[in-house]
Amino acid sequence: MPDTLVALYVFVLACFIGYWVIWGVTPSLHTPLVALTNAISGIIIIGALLVTGLESAGAAAELFGFVAVLLASINVFGGFLVTNRMLAMFKKKDK
Amino acid sequence: MEISANTQAIAYLISAVLFILALKGLTHPASARRGNYLGMIGMGIAIVATLLGNEVRSYGFIIAGVAAGAVIGSVLAARVQMTAMPQLVAALHSFVGMAAVLVAIGTYLNHDAAGTLNPVMMGELSAGIIIGAITFSGSVVAFAKLQGLVSGAPVKFKGQHLLNAAMAVATVLLGIHFGMTESMASLVLMTLLAFVLGFTLIIPIGGADMPVIISMLNSYSGWAAAATGFTLGNLLLIIVGALVGFSGAILSFIMCRAMNRSIINVVFGGFGSESGGEMSAAGQAAQKGVKSASVDDAIYWMEDANKVIIVPGYGMAVAQAQHALKEMMELLEARGVEVKFAIHPVAGRMPGHMNVLLAEADIPYDHVLEMDEVNPEFPTADVTLVVGANDVVNPAAKSDSSSPIYGMPILDAAKSRQVYFLKRSMSPGYSGVDNLLFYQDNTSLIFGDAKDTIEGMVSALKGGGH
Repeated sequence: MPDTLVALYVFVLACFIGYWVIWGVTPSLHTPLVALTNAISGIIIIGALLVTGLESAGAAAELFGFVAVLLASINVFGGFLVTNRMLAMFKKKDK
Repeated sequence: MEISANTQAIAYLISAVLFILALKGLTHPASARRGNYLGMIGMGIAIVATLLGNEVRSYGFIIAGVAAGAVIGSVLAARVQMTAMPQLVAALHSFVGMAAVLVAIGTYLNHDAAGTLNPVMMGELSAGIIIGAITFSGSVVAFAKLQGLVSGAPVKFKGQHLLNAAMAVATVLLGIHFGMTESMASLVLMTLLAFVLGFTLIIPIGGADMPVIISMLNSYSGWAAAATGFTLGNLLLIIVGALVGFSGAILSFIMCRAMNRSIINVVFGGFGSESGGEMSAAGQAAQKGVKSASVDDAIYWMEDANKVIIVPGYGMAVAQAQHALKEMMELLEARGVEVKFAIHPVAGRMPGHMNVLLAEADIPYDHVLEMDEVNPEFPTADVTLVVGANDVVNPAAKSDSSSPIYGMPILDAAKSRQVYFLKRSMSPGYSGVDNLLFYQDNTSLIFGDAKDTIEGMVSALKGGGH
């Protein structure tokens, strides 16, 4: 099976996982959900690392890659930390 | 140390599983933080495995980029106000979109230099660029509207949809042309057109439809990551892209359902623009006039009530009234009054916005109920206090088939014994529809800033009540 087809298999199956997992998320946590998905979509940093870190990458590719690494890591750090900050506020009645 | 491609693949698999568990954690507030930590670990594993792989050889730019991004991201996360969360999220979406565009162009440059381009890859590249660019400029517009940099009002002109459709077709055709001919000009033109398309797609959508737009752009950012995954043949990116893409899509669906509108209607239809020819029920009721009440009147009813339900809306966020509400809740509870909060799915500017603001004010989440849970409780509530919400409690959605919001699920505030509206003016809600609830016999309006009014209630309660 060619690689692109394997990728398509994985993609379609992952869509089903996404569908079921997300429907289980409680509505009260929808804002943290958006922030968390934001953080994990920062996974695009991997693409940015691969572009930037290539030994033969030209100056232009390196520059594009650098900006992509920067933006994606803002997402990763900002997204996870702000999610954590929000989730820390959700408390049950204490005492 | 360098790891083999197989080790890297296993690491990616572990990281994908951790991301799924992270999302799964959000099933309940009690498990949510652990979920978030699992997500962080997953991200850490993915980044380390990529850096240790044999494809990454030079580290200078990477270290600089990650370090700067870490500082900026951490500062943003620590400083942002909870009321500004929709803006932050819009900004972060735009970053993912732009990163996808840059990665795609960088990949093109690397493969072009190595002479390893092929039509399938160029097609995937184009998809990544188009989705990424639309995500970027669409999110920038959403950010500008939320931040008040531009007017939140829908911007509309004749032939808008036709123009957008023509641009979309042109963008795709340019992508195909690029894939077949490797024409640099087509690539550049396609990219520019996709950026423009993002602007023109979001600009006609009004500020109050933001919960849908935020969810939609969330979804786009996922698809952008998935497209990048196809380009690079990276399965982890594909899995994460699909998860995020579906998350946003489901949220969009939930938001639309809560407004009884289709996504097509939100994206293409302006709201509140049509006016009915005949005088509607609301118009007739308007002639009856509305009752206004003072803080003392409301306190008189609330302090001896068995149950008070508070319905917060975007007005509460604008007035920053959540902390005052918490204080009032405690004072009422000290008098044996049961206090609950009722949240409509589209209250606020993003999904779940109200829940976060109430949590920020230390209001326990078991006091905060969703629409389906709370609706059976309104008939037994002595007082319902509507703080900065409007359309979501308008009974016209049930009774007036000529109303633009007819069919929208609402909170049954009308069924409680007394309803108090905290309002700044008599202006209608974002839908432009007059609220029938204003004219009901058991409804009174308390005019003024929500925060001031609630603080007034708090001091009245502290002073021994009525």
